[in-house]
Amino acid sequence: MTKIHVSTTINGDAHEFLCAPDETLLDVLRNRLGLTGAKEGCGTGDCGACSVTVNGRLVCSCLVLGAEAEGAEIATIEGMADGDDLHPLQRHFIDGAALQCGVCTPGILVAAKALLEKNPDPTDEELRYWLAGNLCRCTGYDKIIRAVQAAAAEMRGA
Amino acid sequence: MSLDEYRKREFKQVGTRVRRPDGVDKVTGRAMYGADATAPGMLWGRILRSPHAHARIRSIDVSAALALKGVKAVVTAEDFGVPEDDFTRDVQDNCMARGRALYDGHAVAAVAAVDQATARAALKLIKVDYEILPHVTDVDAAMQPGAPVVQEGRVQENVPKGFSDNVTAHFEFGHGDLDAGFAKADKIVERSFKTAATHQGYIEPHACLASVTSDGKADLWCCTQGHFYVRTLCAGILGMEASQLRVTASEIGGGFGGKTTVFIEPVALMLSKKAGRPVKLVMSRDEVFRATGPTVSSSSDIKIGMTKDGRITAAEATLRYQGGAFPCGTTEFGTQAAFAAYDLDAVRTYGWSVMTNRPKEAAYRAPGAPVAIYAVESVVDELCQHFGLDPLDVRLKNAARKGTKSSYGPTFPDIGLVATLEAARAHPHYKAPLGPNQGRGLSCGFWFNFGGNTCVSLNVNTDGTVGITEGNPDIGGSRASISLMAAEELGIPYDNIRTIVADTSSLGYNDVTDGSRVTFAVGLATIKAARDAVRKMCARAAKIWGIDEEAVQWKDGAAVPAGPNAGKFPPMTLAEIAAVSAETGGPIAGHYEVNADGAGVSFGVHLCDVEVDRETGATKVLRYTVFQDAGKAVHPDYVEGQMQGGAVQGIGWALNEEYIYGEDGRLQNPTFLDYRVPVASDLPMIETVILEIPNPGHPYGVRGVGETGIVPPLAALSNAVSHAIGLRMSELPMSPPRILKALGGS
Repeated sequence: MTKIHVSTTINGDAHEFLCAPDETLLDVLRNRLGLTGAKEGCGTGDCGACSVTVNGRLVCSCLVLGAEAEGAEIATIEGMADGDDLHPLQRHFIDGAALQCGVCTPGILVAAKALLEKNPDPTDEELRYWLAGNLCRCTGYDKIIRAVQAAAAEMRGA
Repeated sequence: MSLDEYRKREFKQVGTRVRRPDGVDKVTGRAMYGADATAPGMLWGRILRSPHAHARIRSIDVSAALALKGVKAVVTAEDFGVPEDDFTRDVQDNCMARGRALYDGHAVAAVAAVDQATARAALKLIKVDYEILPHVTDVDAAMQPGAPVVQEGRVQENVPKGFSDNVTAHFEFGHGDLDAGFAKADKIVERSFKTAATHQGYIEPHACLASVTSDGKADLWCCTQGHFYVRTLCAGILGMEASQLRVTASEIGGGFGGKTTVFIEPVALMLSKKAGRPVKLVMSRDEVFRATGPTVSSSSDIKIGMTKDGRITAAEATLRYQGGAFPCGTTEFGTQAAFAAYDLDAVRTYGWSVMTNRPKEAAYRAPGAPVAIYAVESVVDELCQHFGLDPLDVRLKNAARKGTKSSYGPTFPDIGLVATLEAARAHPHYKAPLGPNQGRGLSCGFWFNFGGNTCVSLNVNTDGTVGITEGNPDIGGSRASISLMAAEELGIPYDNIRTIVADTSSLGYNDVTDGSRVTFAVGLATIKAARDAVRKMCARAAKIWGIDEEAVQWKDGAAVPAGPNAGKFPPMTLAEIAAVSAETGGPIAGHYEVNADGAGVSFGVHLCDVEVDRETGATKVLRYTVFQDAGKAVHPDYVEGQMQGGAVQGIGWALNEEYIYGEDGRLQNPTFLDYRVPVASDLPMIETVILEIPNPGHPYGVRGVGETGIVPPLAALSNAVSHAIGLRMSELPMSPPRILKALGGS
């Protein structure tokens, strides 16, 4: 199968890659670009472990084709911290023990950040419905909800 | 190990909520899980699976697949030998069907190719000639004489005649005179229950990277709860010596018991051996559901007699568990656990292990206990309801305590059940008002906990920091707890310690991360290794001071003279001793090896409030509180995390999760869309109350906390729903269609 040449921006850096027409963005990130922070939990858009943003929109990268990244701005978990400075969400996840195995964590952090950009002061219910597409099997979500709210409060300067 | 390990003490670091050492890696995407590793020249493996529930494999033609450009190896059962012992043979046969496919999803062949697309294409070129055989997936049907037999010749001697050969084992526990006990009862309730099989549902599918070289050495990277056990199984299956197979555990994306065995690792090793290149093999979610360990499904009969003032006079349980296409290891645990929470004069439990054409069950958090205790706690609740008695008072009246002869044999030492029940009764949740269509339920839970083989090395670095090498994959923050215990014992800051999980070449054998054993057993070994290092550091100080070793003791992170007679020397800190270790005898390290006994049993009590929508049959969990005895909570955040996570898995089991099989014996819902685990919007906050009744078998009093939390939710939810709708529910999950059916029939 002839491959497609794609030029894109990932976490602010220019990238070029070749991918098959049926290759997912998740496979491109993980297997061609070495960005393994996004995880494949299901491959069918049900678990959210592969969450990234494309042009600011939260997507499951297993449901996006690599070729669709042409000209787009993509953000992954690898770009969330500013060098050594963790994003408040990342910090509060560690401080609040909001992860156990941690495999859903990159997707949940990307999803939570996308929410707080739209809605800096979500109710618990809004947050729970926003994260309903991100499965966590370890925590029961309790400490995740608390950590996101703590980060949101800090980001609001509350 | 004796039961007098525990010494009361004030803790300086244990019990604090420190940051976990793998936190930054895990929030930045740097942590390396099973599917995240690559190797030079790596190939991609993929497995072909049976679409039939039961079929004889007449032939497999792989020639077209092998001829496809880019395919480097094809593997079938013919490439493996036939292990002599039943256990290893079952594990191998579950990884690759030999002669017969025993369930929908059973592996029949595998390929390794230059990329995933080629591997996928190659699978389509493999021609398997199946002769479809009759199948059975229901536990009760599989027990009947004349049922399709899954495997011949697996029946243990103590199984009575008159059943299908699918019934492989029978267990019986208990004591006392049941007839006399039931004769004393004012009311006897007998009820039957069914529970569906559920999956552990870890978010990370099984994944591994195998590299076998032509000189017979091999490296295996995989997500597992126990890489030493993976080595044992794979070396047995591949006919390798343990020393030649090095297994490294990746970070693990959840396991809950489901990653305590192998499914793909021997296949990846064989593919690598045949191809002469490293092979990465990653399961899809469909494969995880169809071919890895779900839990048992069950059918049970419970009979309990009670006096009108709430004393249980006799109790009997018959539990039938199907564990898939191989003999089931879980039935015995359930049979033992069923009545563990009660102090009973007359009790008997019977267990039956049954094979069906389903995937081989794997451990799932307190394996066997949730479905047994669900049935028992439902009947206890029904009796309380009948007499109008308070369900917590009745449980307190009958609660197992220190000195109780348990229903499965042993006499309990210090246990925390009464304290958890009293904490539940004192909590505001228990008295909070309820609205229409709402109900409150509660249940006790129990797990045995485990110790096991453990080996820890503690290295004192010359800069005064400490490295700990242990051998149990960290599934929920255990490295933090282990570092905390070492910090406590050594008297140095937590941040000066780094704990790593080492590969199989670096330590003696460590049992799997299971049985809630790691914080207990690895913690115990770490404390003992630290004491070993302390002894050596005291000896170095004695040498420097020119006094006897016995005249030196360890206090607040430093060697000090034991008393005024020992001489007058300023304290030497760990860092000062370490800095001059080259002049006093070389590197300093502590070690400890043990097959740990004394893991204290763990009890919990859950309270939950639900509201049932009578139009849709949907149940909303309104409030949930977990009370559990942790012995000593080393890192309270992660103890709470275990309690919350276990509770929510149990909520899923009670309300929605279910393996659904069609008439054709195929799994109908192998996706997270159709197999519905709880999502954030389904749940309230999960309140937690940690009780600390020290385990006499651990120096700090620690008990395992990982498993007990999944046990009570099944009955707590069922009792709550039963109260909300005014009808006793007796089947799980209580999905909306089942609740509507129950309401329609009323």
